[in-house]
Amino acid sequence: MITIIDYGVGNLFSLKSSLEAIGQPVTISNQPETIRQGQRIILPGVGAFGDAAQKLRRSGLDQVLLEEADKGKPLLGICLGMQLLFDTSSEYGLHTGLGLIRGQVQPISSVIPPDLKVPHMGWNALHFPTDQEKHPLFNYTNDGDCVYFVHSYYAAPWGPALIAFSEYGAALTAAVARRNICGCQFHPEKSGLVGLNILRAFCEMGEDL
Amino acid sequence: MITKRIIPCLDVRDGRVVKGVNFAGLADVSSPVELARYYSEHGADELVFYDITASSQNRRLFTDILTKVAGSIFIPLTVGGGINSLADFDRVLRCGADKVSVNSGALKDSQLIRQAALRYGNQCVVLSVDIKRVNGCFTVFAKGGRENTGLDALAWIKEAVDLGAGEVVVNSIDTDGVKAGFDLELLSAICQAVSVPVVASGGAGGIEDFIDLFQQLPKVDAGLAASIFHFGEVSIPDLKAQLAQAGITVR
Repeated sequence: MITIIDYGVGNLFSLKSSLEAIGQPVTISNQPETIRQGQRIILPGVGAFGDAAQKLRRSGLDQVLLEEADKGKPLLGICLGMQLLFDTSSEYGLHTGLGLIRGQVQPISSVIPPDLKVPHMGWNALHFPTDQEKHPLFNYTNDGDCVYFVHSYYAAPWGPALIAFSEYGAALTAAVARRNICGCQFHPEKSGLVGLNILRAFCEMGEDL
Repeated sequence: MITKRIIPCLDVRDGRVVKGVNFAGLADVSSPVELARYYSEHGADELVFYDITASSQNRRLFTDILTKVAGSIFIPLTVGGGINSLADFDRVLRCGADKVSVNSGALKDSQLIRQAALRYGNQCVVLSVDIKRVNGCFTVFAKGGRENTGLDALAWIKEAVDLGAGEVVVNSIDTDGVKAGFDLELLSAICQAVSVPVVASGGAGGIEDFIDLFQQLPKVDAGLAASIFHFGEVSIPDLKAQLAQAGITVR
């Protein structure tokens, strides 16, 4: 069973439908017990970082996530859910995230040419760093496959967490991972067959890679 | 680099897909759920769903169909038609829409754009504008192109973007249904005026029109069409292959 964390941020319907489409039993929950019982956790999210981080803390679900991640349970953050895995974000003030992946979330506008539109919205190609083996999350994905992005901030990891990037005037973080914890900036549930295959690969990931 | 999007548009009334020529003379095409799934699996980058239903009874039918469509496609879905309040935003977002398109509702009360952008984010609010030349001026029409608002199109679009619209769908009434190409003059003016994504709509008759659009106006982000896709005159995989051959980045 996969548990999608419901902390009042964004629309979980598509994510649930796409997991069902690949034959995965799925629950949407804000109950610590249900989250602890599931084999895998997905942390979704759209909206502003500060508001979402506050909602996670107020509900106490941040502690549940930290404990389950620490036990080695596979965790996938999507879009803002990925950004929340990081230490901090500078979106409307400085905010603290879960600190599961080292690094900071910053405005895209600070690294791309001014003539490019923000948000980075639409289908863009995934590229994998050439200096490392492809992460299991992309077992069914090829370099150059397109996925759907909508974001105005990007996560800059400190250290070796980057597992995929997109090109938009600069190399922008598309996915990160550290052991059992991974995150993607794009929306796999909105990325057609390529996205479904990334979710499938997450569902096959073992604990404590 | 980000790819150019190809977007089929489904006008839905009484639970069926219809397509008008110059916004009149509707003809039944097919089942919305079947058509949406077909497009999702055959190269469409996004779908737009317009509810052109009149009665509240049929609005519920639309909501049911929308839920079925959203649950069976895995590409972004924009929904419009009859969006007049935040409650309407909420209603379609709960059914699984990713973006909501406003038109007449925003013309009645432009604060709807601001309120929706604050609650759901700019990326969720799409401004759809029906534009026709009146005495040589680009003029905004409301109510499915039936009512002249007298508003200058560029001024209205700039205002809406300032209020928080994250994307603009430009429907040229002059070129809609004529199948002689997109309204490049109008689109060019709008691309110069705003920095949010611009979606071209109205006038596509064949693959060449899309190539022209993206080659002549590199700032246009997407091309939207209905009947040429629904009637199989243009297949999206063929269109994408030819766009790629012409040097345009597509998925």
